[in-house]
Amino acid sequence: MSGVTTVVLAGVGGQGTILAGDVLAKVAMAEGFDVRLSEVHGMAQRGGSVVTFVRFGECVESPVADPGTADHLIAFEVIEAARQLPLLRPDGRLVVNQRVVPPLPVLTGAAAVPGDLEAALAAQGAIFIDADALACEAGSSKSANIVLVGAASAGLPFSEATWAEAIAARVPPATVEANLRAFQLGKEACLRGACRS
Amino acid sequence: MARVLMSGNEAVARGAWEAGVAVGVGYPGTPSTEVLENLVRYEGVRCEWAPNEKVAAEVAAGVSFAGERTLVTMKHVGLNVAADPLFTLAYTGVNGGYVLFVADDPGMHSSQNEQDSRRYAVAAKVPMLEPSDPAEALEMTRAAFEISERFDVPVLVRSTTRVSHSKAAVEVDGERHGSGPRPYVKDPAKWVMVPANARRKRVDLEERLGRLSAYSEQSGLNRIEMRDRSLGIVVDGAAYRAVREALPEASVLKVGMVHPFPAQTVRAFAEQVETVAVVEEIGPFLRDLVALAGVTPAPVDLPQWGEVTPSVVRRAFGLDVPEGRPSVDGLPDRPPLMCPGCPHRGVFWALKRLNAVITGDIGCYTLGAAPPLAAMDSCICMGASVSMAHGAALVGPGRPVVGVIGDSTFAHSGIAGLVHMTYNGGTGTVVVLDNRTTAMTGHQGNPVSGVTISGAPGHELDLEALAHACGASWVQVVDPFDMSATLDALKAAVEHQGVSVLIAKAPCALLQKSSKDPVAVDEELCAACGACIQLGCPAISRADSGKALIDAMICVGCGQCVQVCRFGAIVPAGPACDVGGRAR
Repeated sequence: MSGVTTVVLAGVGGQGTILAGDVLAKVAMAEGFDVRLSEVHGMAQRGGSVVTFVRFGECVESPVADPGTADHLIAFEVIEAARQLPLLRPDGRLVVNQRVVPPLPVLTGAAAVPGDLEAALAAQGAIFIDADALACEAGSSKSANIVLVGAASAGLPFSEATWAEAIAARVPPATVEANLRAFQLGKEACLRGACRS
Repeated sequence: MARVLMSGNEAVARGAWEAGVAVGVGYPGTPSTEVLENLVRYEGVRCEWAPNEKVAAEVAAGVSFAGERTLVTMKHVGLNVAADPLFTLAYTGVNGGYVLFVADDPGMHSSQNEQDSRRYAVAAKVPMLEPSDPAEALEMTRAAFEISERFDVPVLVRSTTRVSHSKAAVEVDGERHGSGPRPYVKDPAKWVMVPANARRKRVDLEERLGRLSAYSEQSGLNRIEMRDRSLGIVVDGAAYRAVREALPEASVLKVGMVHPFPAQTVRAFAEQVETVAVVEEIGPFLRDLVALAGVTPAPVDLPQWGEVTPSVVRRAFGLDVPEGRPSVDGLPDRPPLMCPGCPHRGVFWALKRLNAVITGDIGCYTLGAAPPLAAMDSCICMGASVSMAHGAALVGPGRPVVGVIGDSTFAHSGIAGLVHMTYNGGTGTVVVLDNRTTAMTGHQGNPVSGVTISGAPGHELDLEALAHACGASWVQVVDPFDMSATLDALKAAVEHQGVSVLIAKAPCALLQKSSKDPVAVDEELCAACGACIQLGCPAISRADSGKALIDAMICVGCGQCVQVCRFGAIVPAGPACDVGGRAR
């Protein structure tokens, strides 16, 4: 639907995609947009694939993103970036956390991670972010999801103040400063275009 | 008035509170669980987790009978369990408003089947409202209480995953509008369903349904949106959102009250459009009702399973759909897995060594069916592990039969199966995985843990005493982190002639506030045998050398791998540094 922006957050259960999606939805709402968010709980919580859709615009009908409709794919993990790639529009924006979380079949040797995955994503125009390193730089290893929110923000039309307010309201009080630094570091890294080391 | 971002489940809780609900009661089940977890946070509402949905529906019946408004919550399969009271409550009717919230799971994101609760409304002869999003979930929950009292009938509110677990702006006005308590009046002709009374109430129910039918036609819950008249879509629930996005020009009859079905409204709609088509998830249900109303819907190529998204609708109407980036071949699956330090892992490791037939059940431990543990042979429904173990043992598969069930599931419907086993002279083994919580749905308390929904301590069920009282002649408690003790106990349990119950008791890894120091592999001692890999722990992988590798960021030091290593190659490591996101 024209006038609607679709953001997909993809990762592994436990990586904080749900909190990130919540922050994004609240920011869009605070800026006066109609917002719908959809996520899947349940089995996915136990280290499975998780996907959150956030859609905003003047009027949003469906909370679900179909293949080829995502304007932004923010992947918290490399394999999940590849898995959800078909959701992304041909001219959409792809941000990928450099981290690889091997799934159980890989750990046990029953399956393997394709060797050229990062190259394949790079060929799709991925901007790679080392969210874990930036989170540590910000002062809290648990702020990697907010680093990726910062990276997402670089392509979204919302004000710095609204982001800061939404993040401060959603993270533990003692970690607000570290999370706001994490947000900035993620945003700056994304604006630099790439931080592939 | 304030606009708040809310999930469908939060909105149902809000709607119930605004409607003045006095008691909320349910059994956890994805995607329904958060309704009660939110309702308990409101002042003036008593909430309770029940051991199962039948009990919940009956507790609510008592609340209604005594004159207050009540909300019951469950997932779709729970409605099977609660169906018994529901079908007769349709006859008795209510005193205080009675609303049963049921959440279906099209696409089976976290369920064992894809049943359609809409059919229960027809079968039980009770009204059903069906919201398409959080704002409607609030409005319709409030309306459901009004309908319940006005028409003297329990009311179903049906949600689906994309309503319960989606968020959108909801208007809340911050006030409670309840009708206040109604006096309790002794009225056996209404509440004692012996045949003579039930026959009268059966006739009375048809009269109430007749009035409900008229109400359905004019209530505004079913809404016509006239746009281009060449195509008119009849649609309900979450599918409405998909239709509005995919076919913005189409005229729509949005059915918000699916039972009694607004047949006249459908006929009136059909007269105003050239072609009528039906869009619904896991149909055909609406399609058949539209046809019964005398309107022939145009054939539409919709799948009869899974979710209806905008692209599914576009495809069904022959329109093009967006194309995305190419898919990447050869990606490994990422199934959900037992957490690092999960107490269930030790039990499944031991079970695998028994060469037994293992009947499983519903919970985190269903993940024990997945490789490499692969130590579960069936999973059907809540409680079936125990009863199926008995049935399988009756015909003797030539191997020991072990039923494996979690603590909450055992309290839900495993106890009756155990009673059946002992009563009928069974010989099977039941393993109760007591991890002190209902873990899969997000750590709700249960009768075994004795933790209530409000956090207040409740009675803690004594599983050992219960197993003895049920007639088990061999009962033992074991710490599943002690691998050899667990294996020895299991061997003794299956060798026992009679019913044996082994209680594997250790708290869920996610409830542990502090983790022990991680362990590491001594490469010189590691023989690359792979025994530790077979635990299926997310912290353990094979290095390129073939030897084991333990990720210190993920390891919680539970010590299970230390015990399975015959070479003493897994040794304590120093504390992990604070880096990286743990995979849990």
